Amino acid sequence: MLIMLKNITIGQYIPGNTFIHRLDPRVKIILSIIFIISLFIITKFSGYIFILLFLLLSVFVSKIPLSYIFKGLKPILVILILTVGLNVFFTPGGTYLASIGPLKITSNGVRLALFMGLRLIFLIVGTSLLTLTTSPIALTDGIENLLTPFKSIGLPAHELAMMMTIALRFIPTLLEETDKIMKAQMARGADFESGNLVKRAKNLIPLLVPLFISAFRRADELAVAMEARCYRGGFNRTKLKQLKVSNRDYIAILFTAILVGIIIWNRFWPW
Amino acid sequence: MGKIIMTKDLTFVYEAESNDSSKKIVLNSLNIDIDEGKFVAIIGHNGSGKSTLAKHFNALLVPTEGDVYINGMNTKDTSHLWDIRQTAGMVFQNPDNQLVATIVEEDVAFGPENLGIDPKEIRERVDFALNAVDMYKYREFAPHMLSGGQKQRIAIAGVIAMRPQCIILDEPTAMLDPKGRKEVIKTVQKLNKENGITIILITHFMEEAVLADRVIVMDNGKIALDGTPKDVFKEVKILKDLGLDVPQVTELAYKLKQEGIDIPTEILTVDEMVRFICQYK
Repeated sequence: MLIMLKNITIGQYIPGNTFIHRLDPRVKIILSIIFIISLFIITKFSGYIFILLFLLLSVFVSKIPLSYIFKGLKPILVILILTVGLNVFFTPGGTYLASIGPLKITSNGVRLALFMGLRLIFLIVGTSLLTLTTSPIALTDGIENLLTPFKSIGLPAHELAMMMTIALRFIPTLLEETDKIMKAQMARGADFESGNLVKRAKNLIPLLVPLFISAFRRADELAVAMEARCYRGGFNRTKLKQLKVSNRDYIAILFTAILVGIIIWNRFWPW
Repeated sequence: MGKIIMTKDLTFVYEAESNDSSKKIVLNSLNIDIDEGKFVAIIGHNGSGKSTLAKHFNALLVPTEGDVYINGMNTKDTSHLWDIRQTAGMVFQNPDNQLVATIVEEDVAFGPENLGIDPKEIRERVDFALNAVDMYKYREFAPHMLSGGQKQRIAIAGVIAMRPQCIILDEPTAMLDPKGRKEVIKTVQKLNKENGITIILITHFMEEAVLADRVIVMDNGKIALDGTPKDVFKEVKILKDLGLDVPQVTELAYKLKQEGIDIPTEILTVDEMVRFICQYK
């Protein structure tokens, strides 16, 4: 468990300096959303060809190893199987193919199951491409910037971004501290590794109590330090790093626009 | 030379919330004037009120009675609050709990960003501040990758980027190893000499206080001693009674004197001691 704590990376960002990495985070977020919407416009298998081409191109340009892309699919394996399974067995209509017990498999079922499964896979690959190529900091900046127009309806855009930044800043600090407390408690005979689930959970108390106390103390000190540095919320605040939309971003927007165009056109295809 | 900090009968009473009757007088009618451009060390044992005093200089606390003036601005006047905090920057003890951003240069930019300064000028200030603490090459590091001394220098850079006239350091070296301690003190001395920034250093380490222009010894919310390091540290007996140490060499000189050796008690550094012993034959 001690080793495990060391291996936790924040998010799944893979640093790089490619075309995709250097896109404006706002553009990347919006294009990802457009990509997701276009996935749901598709009604035919032929539409997926263009999605696949688009994704392959993006992955190729971003130089992200394919193994990372597949790793991203692992957590949704259960959902994937469930989706495919339910669609195979419970879609009415079409020609009868086979049956398992009382469950009938029809051609429509197989078609729909495949269709839904692929949609899910493309969805995950597309969105993980966003988090794989954008650092959490850039992502936070992008989200803050995109949410700013909604401030007038009471959305605390700056506060949300500040919370995310502070969380990102303190994750390594708190992990280090957890490690330290664990070692200290183990040196006094605490046991974090044996016993059943209930016992193990109980054994975590000597770890969690000091950790929480220290986290609250840190929060208190940080608040004072921030106040001492003239922090007064998002009001009248400027930023060192200005987000800028460059030619690179226009190229990405153009490519996505072409994709969306083809996909809408695809709806009118006979096959 | 102007007075950057002035306190007039500064009294601060701490009221424990749980028990209304228990009041503790932390600062007792203090009158302190600090000249611009000076390096002042404040020492005192735990609970002597030195940290509370520091928080008054940055308007994090306001006096229960009396007044504190920073560059002529009363800390009770809330309309000057941000000017005061920009004039008198503060560095705290724990380097981990005062860095806000995930990247060094963005943390240094935090103060100027709060002041609403133009991004181009923030860039200049950040570069200047990082160079002033000699951390420019670490500008794209994450804070948790740095040593304690480096983190504390980043915290100092974060204050410098706000262009303060005065920096208050509240035991900045207490959690550092000897190497980090040296780094921080060297940086502070450089800022004082080269940039003319007034330094108020609150510390436990007498070796650091010796470097100041003026030493203020606090005890029980009052000033016990106030003067140049030589004047203050020759009062070995008073300091010992207050539960404070004196620099090792000074203590040695004091003991030699008690043994009947004719030696000045104001020796503060090893060099001075060596010089004296060499002529003593």
